[in-house]
Amino acid sequence: MSTAEMAHEADHHGPPKGWKRWVFSTNHKDIGTMYLIFALVMLFLGGAMAMVIRAELYMPGLQIVDPDTYNNLVTNHALIMVFGLVMPAAAGMANWMIPMMIGAPDMALPRLNNLSFWLLPAAGTMLVLSMLIGFIPGTGQQVNTGWTLYPPLSIQAGMGMDMLIFTIHLLGISSILASINIVTTILNMRAPGMTLMKMPLFVWAWLFTGLLLIVIMPVLAGGVTMLLFDRHFGTAFFDAAGGGDPVLFQHLFWFFGHPEVYVLLLPSIGVLGLIIPTFSRKPLFGYKPLVWFMGILFALGLVVWAHHQYTVGMSLGAVTYFMIGTILISIPVGLMIFNFIFTMWRGSLTFETPMLFAIAIILMFSFAGVTGVMLAVVPADLQYHDTYFVVAHFHYALVPGAVFGLYAGVFYWLPKWTGHMYDEKLGKIFFWWTTIAFNITFFPQHFSGLAGMPRRIVDYSIQFTEFNVVSSLGAFAFGLSHLLFLYIIIKTIRGGKEATNKPWEGAQVGTPGLEWDLSSPPPFHSFTTPPAIK
Amino acid sequence: MCKTWKSPGGIFSVITLFLVSGAVFADYALNLPEPVSPLTGQIYDLHMLTTRIAFYIMVAVIGIVVYAMFKFRKSKGYEADQNMHRNMFGVWGWILVPVIVLGIDMSIAGSASSTLAQVEDYSDADVTVKVTGSQWKWTYEYMDDGVKVVSNLKKLEPTDELYLRDVDNPLVLPVGKRVRFLHTATDVLHAWWVPEIVYKKDSIPGYINETWTRITKEGTYRGQCAENCGTGHAYMPIVVEAVSEEKYNDWIHGQKLAMAKASAEASSDKVWSRDELVARGEKVYTTNCVACHQASGEGIPNVFPALKGGKIATGPVADHLNIVINGKSGTAMAAWKAQLNDLEIAAVITYERNAWGNNTGEVVQPADVKAAK
Repeated sequence: MSTAEMAHEADHHGPPKGWKRWVFSTNHKDIGTMYLIFALVMLFLGGAMAMVIRAELYMPGLQIVDPDTYNNLVTNHALIMVFGLVMPAAAGMANWMIPMMIGAPDMALPRLNNLSFWLLPAAGTMLVLSMLIGFIPGTGQQVNTGWTLYPPLSIQAGMGMDMLIFTIHLLGISSILASINIVTTILNMRAPGMTLMKMPLFVWAWLFTGLLLIVIMPVLAGGVTMLLFDRHFGTAFFDAAGGGDPVLFQHLFWFFGHPEVYVLLLPSIGVLGLIIPTFSRKPLFGYKPLVWFMGILFALGLVVWAHHQYTVGMSLGAVTYFMIGTILISIPVGLMIFNFIFTMWRGSLTFETPMLFAIAIILMFSFAGVTGVMLAVVPADLQYHDTYFVVAHFHYALVPGAVFGLYAGVFYWLPKWTGHMYDEKLGKIFFWWTTIAFNITFFPQHFSGLAGMPRRIVDYSIQFTEFNVVSSLGAFAFGLSHLLFLYIIIKTIRGGKEATNKPWEGAQVGTPGLEWDLSSPPPFHSFTTPPAIK
Repeated sequence: MCKTWKSPGGIFSVITLFLVSGAVFADYALNLPEPVSPLTGQIYDLHMLTTRIAFYIMVAVIGIVVYAMFKFRKSKGYEADQNMHRNMFGVWGWILVPVIVLGIDMSIAGSASSTLAQVEDYSDADVTVKVTGSQWKWTYEYMDDGVKVVSNLKKLEPTDELYLRDVDNPLVLPVGKRVRFLHTATDVLHAWWVPEIVYKKDSIPGYINETWTRITKEGTYRGQCAENCGTGHAYMPIVVEAVSEEKYNDWIHGQKLAMAKASAEASSDKVWSRDELVARGEKVYTTNCVACHQASGEGIPNVFPALKGGKIATGPVADHLNIVINGKSGTAMAAWKAQLNDLEIAAVITYERNAWGNNTGEVVQPADVKAAK
């Protein structure tokens, strides 16, 4: 189709009407919106589960749920937050922003885009059913393994586990397809003159994220399929009595699981790479090193998985290797922190909601980084392993590092998406409320972990009571703050001050920023002719 | 808006205060418990080293960010330096971080390596204890003395000081002796961990992992299972009594005598009366079966089958013998033939068939168990 024809079509064909617009959509913006709405629904679902977990842990003794239901909730909370919230939200932002950032008319593979989204609601439903099915008599034990699904415990679980295995297959297919689409788009659909080294950091981050997902998801799918065969078809991959090896599953899982952490983090780091220069009114400090070091993070992330399982009894050589590999990760991560801080340095700072989130992320993510180095040290990890210290660490990494990064992105791009400015005052209230509540929730968990409280216990001895009370109160405030978040989003969609094409003064400093040349909200088909790159 | 910078500084200074207080008020369970063995002592020092490094890094990062937020704000008329990324620092400054961080990393790894070598030191021990995790109890076997102890949760109210931290039979160990722990499991993963005396390594079915300690101070040390092992994961406490060598030898001697008596009874051809078996069976049941099937024999609906009025405990004796002796694969029901002797199995089956209104009146003798094996 020639450019002229495309332009012609764009003139005459707006979005289709009614449900067909969404179900049959091949438009990157509509699909992006659906991804984001799906993620928002999942945020509240996973959040509600976290509230039940914290309510149960508020006091020693069993009050609300029985032990199996508790760990079933823990399992589902993790999977929903990872596969339902962070990955779809990041994919939604990629869908919305990447074609506009690189000057493309749409994603490279629009029908595939439709498929990779519509697999998600099906997978999400199955994920929740895998939790609920355990309550039906005769379906065996609930899925009480935690999201790591370690055998032999996962062999003991009932039908919910089979459902969960197929859910993971569906989620895996969805994210592999989305990743293929995004990588193809980035590599093939850039406007003339948009060289790789001119791409906004968010696009680079998603290039690495997409590649990582394509490498790791098949390994998880393979691992859970072996689990399925062990459960039903008489194999003994993970059964020592049949000549198998329970630890093999842990290696397969964490070969997926560790890079998965970077899958969750990188898109948010990409968002910060846009927000911090914008509100510092100064180009990103060390753009090239940042791109290179994201590549190093990609490579290192793939070869350090076994630091999640120091306690399984590996050889001295193996644990030493994994320890050194793991603490070396502090180099690219430290560089990111440094470059973000020095982007602010001698800038002209203002503190709109996205920037507040960005600064809080720098600080809280640094904190997760230093506790990460503590955990990487093998002998010390033999004490920390499987305690609340680990729980605190990874929530500091993933909530600020991934989730808050996405919130920052939502506030940053809401004016572009909706054509309305969000309520800055409410945005700031939400920021302070949620950040303070988050710290009250998770900071004390470092202490209960060091004092010896293990993970995934439904009930604890009274010596841990104080920290758990504080943690639970913080968690309730943290959960409540999200109602305000929802209100702000709905309010912005429904109306508010009109947003200009470029609502942020510094949005195009040091980056082509093609998306800001478009109207707010952008036309249904953004670039029908390739834009000129400044 | 103009005061916003103060608050992030405020929050994070509170957090750093927490960190400092963490180091100061170590007695108030903010930190790892005070170690009582040389190796956990080394690990504690390593932990304090990395904590300190972490603290200084956080102070530096927070300091720089807060300074930048204060100094370079637009509201104070600060203009951005658009060429900073082109000057010498802008082009090469990023190299600073990799160099500094690599230095810190290597010094941490260096100080960890000697401790790590100690962890992986498998030289001979004075006492070897095989620690076996099962759903949901610990079994301790003193390999040199043939003494075996089964350790179960002691049920207490949630208001009790020792709620979920006390057991019926603790592990007794001598101070000053090198003790080797061999970790394994019968069903799913577990992890045996008492932070004061020994770090954790997982108990994995089919694997034997090794840890060691040399306890320096007499006392009672508590821990609990650290690896998720299902329904009863929160209910697998560990108690270690560290005693003097003489007390330890006396205790071992006493245990040996008791065990010899028990095995003599079990191998005798005596025909037991129903009441004798029920009385013994109740004890066996309380030690080995209550975690799942509950004291009431009602199990947990949909998870652990009820024995009270259940098919197994009221049906044919042969089926009952079979499931207790051989277990049921794919479930938490273990094969008890290696763990209990014939008398104990006979007693527990007799108990189950006569308790909670299962008044079958049947008696299973040790000889029946032997025949069924």
